Amino acid sequence: MGPLFPNGLISGDWNLVIAVFIGIAFGFLLEASGFSSSRNLAGVFYGYNFVVLRVFFTAVIVAMVGLLYFNYFGWLDLSKIFILPTFLPSMIVGGVVMGLGFIIGGFCPGTSFTAIVIGKLDALVFAVGLFIGIFLFAEVFPFIEHFYYSGNLGNVTLTDVTGISASWWAFGFTVIALAAFWASWLIEKKVRKRIKEYKF
Amino acid sequence: MNKVNSNREGTHYLNPYLGGVLMGLLMIATVFISGRELGISGAVKDTVVEAAHVISPAAAKAHPYYGQYIKEGKSPMDTWLVFEVLGVFIGALLSGIIYKRVRKPFVEHGPSISSKKRLVVALIGGILWGFGTRLGRGCTSGAALSGSSTFSFGGVMVMLLIFASAYLFAWLFRKLWT
Repeated sequence: MGPLFPNGLISGDWNLVIAVFIGIAFGFLLEASGFSSSRNLAGVFYGYNFVVLRVFFTAVIVAMVGLLYFNYFGWLDLSKIFILPTFLPSMIVGGVVMGLGFIIGGFCPGTSFTAIVIGKLDALVFAVGLFIGIFLFAEVFPFIEHFYYSGNLGNVTLTDVTGISASWWAFGFTVIALAAFWASWLIEKKVRKRIKEYKF
Repeated sequence: MNKVNSNREGTHYLNPYLGGVLMGLLMIATVFISGRELGISGAVKDTVVEAAHVISPAAAKAHPYYGQYIKEGKSPMDTWLVFEVLGVFIGALLSGIIYKRVRKPFVEHGPSISSKKRLVVALIGGILWGFGTRLGRGCTSGAALSGSSTFSFGGVMVMLLIFASAYLFAWLFRKLWT
């Protein structure tokens, strides 16, 4: 049955209409969870607010387990969904650059958009930076093109690379997430006692 | 009600685990319907490609990066992600209105820095993100969150690296946030 669009069960136009509604739900959940505040987001890196870790890892394990069930019941053909490709060197550098951008800028792209609409000017400036960064990337692209495409492993999953089944990965992530929820709860309680000027 | 920092107001947020479960269900629904996943930075890239295309169609088409996203008879912004991101703005506004967080434009910053400094570092952070997302094939949404959820090797790698790198540099930039 699923995925509906790749299987031709809904048209391309409807897929775009649905995209808007999916975006509405996504934006709502990001803002409602407190991701529209850079101070909430940065808290995960200083131990005073682990909301990022909680929302993020809960979402990942729910989606992982859910997708496996959908696949198991035959509702969704996981071989037909998009798997993010892996280009080792460029994605390693990209991840590090984004992490640096996170700790300096306090937002990631999606969270900055949710902060813009509730009136945060720092988020607006951050978003302007996004456009500049992508423009700069395109400018230097001819010089780094080889690096950009190097180490292409294709659209590989964890299972393709390690030989360990997706179910075990989902189980492993769930165990790690639960341990992280517990540990972060302990850390947060301790750190919050010495944080000033911030209401939780 | 005119305090600068919304956090001091003790504003109400969704329970993070409930938010996470709903976001996970949303991702399942997205994959089930569209066969693809949530994302953000790709739409920004589409917008930059569109801008380049409007300014100079010939140069954009010949450009090694922009060129690959320009197809005859179709705007570079006519993509699933651009429509989805349009929704993100609407959804965030809805939540902001419901939880009474929408207010006059202001700068939110840590207790140890000025508004001006916050704006400078926000710009630098944004530039790093823009560049990084192109190398990483997506941001926290498209690569880390969606990639990991669909068991993509690269997605999990990018997720771990974003967090590891931010933790690594956190001590250097502690003045910005604490």
